Amino acid sequence: MAIKPKLHYFNGRGRMETIRWLLAAAGVEFEEAEYLETRKQYEKLIQDGSLLFQQVPMVEIDGMKMVQTRAILNYIAGKHNLYGKDLKERALIDMYVEATMDLNEMIMFLPFQPPEEKEKNFALIIERATTRYFPVYEKVLKDHGQQFLVGNQFSWADVHLLEAILMAEECKPDILSPFPQLQAFKGRISNIPTIKKFLQPGSQR
Amino acid sequence: MSGKPKLTYFNGRGRMESVRWLLAAAGVEFEEEFLETSEQYQKLIKDGALLFDQVPLVEIDGMKMVQTRAILSYIAAKCNLYGKDPKERAFIDMYVEGTADLMGMIITFPFTPPQKRNLALIIERATTRYFPVYEKVLKQHGQDFLVGNQFSWADVQLLEAILMVEEKEPTVLSNFPVLQAFKARISNIPTIKKFLQLGSQRKPPPNDQYVATVIEVLKKD
Repeated sequence: MAIKPKLHYFNGRGRMETIRWLLAAAGVEFEEAEYLETRKQYEKLIQDGSLLFQQVPMVEIDGMKMVQTRAILNYIAGKHNLYGKDLKERALIDMYVEATMDLNEMIMFLPFQPPEEKEKNFALIIERATTRYFPVYEKVLKDHGQQFLVGNQFSWADVHLLEAILMAEECKPDILSPFPQLQAFKGRISNIPTIKKFLQPGSQR
Repeated sequence: MSGKPKLTYFNGRGRMESVRWLLAAAGVEFEEEFLETSEQYQKLIKDGALLFDQVPLVEIDGMKMVQTRAILSYIAAKCNLYGKDPKERAFIDMYVEGTADLMGMIITFPFTPPQKRNLALIIERATTRYFPVYEKVLKQHGQDFLVGNQFSWADVQLLEAILMVEEKEPTVLSNFPVLQAFKARISNIPTIKKFLQLGSQRKPPPNDQYVATVIEVLKKD
């Protein structure tokens, strides 16, 4: 009997959302444990020794209680052939994913900022997305003319870029207007069956 | 042309130090270019050398690699310091992410306004969240190294983290006998021993001049 991965987190995106995206993209069914809603639940997880560094996300997968978002993502990507076919492709995927994670993290932390900093940080998110990050992916896709970011094959980098694009669009709906390649990319990746399913209402997104 | 990896960064630890440690531990010789002026940095950007306009930059195997974790993962895998299977890799990743979080607090410390700096929190995290975990891991399996009975990136980074915290609080390992033994053992590995000696490419802790240089180089016009 295949045991589904089990996710432990709050009932929301945060750092776990990228993991949900990757599992969904890989077509892996997963369960979510009771959402963390009380301090008591969290302390129990710690007391049980379930959280290596007392932090969530935590994902129970293949007999391990994995923590640390990147460790979890690396493992899933590797397991489901979404990490390229050699070290150099892996290196490119890592570079691209680290950058989209930097962008995502800015967006993720926005609700936790003090009100007086929110406007400034929001502007910085838009600036970074449109001048530091999106132009790079636009150029990568334009230069090689392939469907996917790395190695002419669907990978974690594509999943994460789509996630970042959609989060950025939630901040500013027309943010992709200077980026025709990314618009096409968004259309293409959204139509991949596993991703299309994840984007529908009722999914675990 | 030497073919050695070339590191471009400020003349100090920052985010590049973990890369220096890992290359040194793997016995890989490397060259360094130090950023000292804003003009140098702007030129790197104009030349298209910095994928996301950021350093660290490591030129290695024909790639201009950026993003510290991407660089470290590549070096670890290439130099057989990343375990022998996906599960060992998963453990190495978990341990390395933990020490990276701890070192991240120390890296940003000199750049935090003095009234917001919290050294006590760093020591608390080290002694209650991170070091107890590694102490327990080593105690439970009784092996010399953290993962798979084999020297790995996780061991290098844990030693780096221990030494960084000890610089802030010399007695920090007093309740961690297994880590004390680990520290001595890993420090004696020939490549590491060499890196710990004077004259190596290891950088000293950040001082005011380092902070000023970083701010100056990265300043927006």
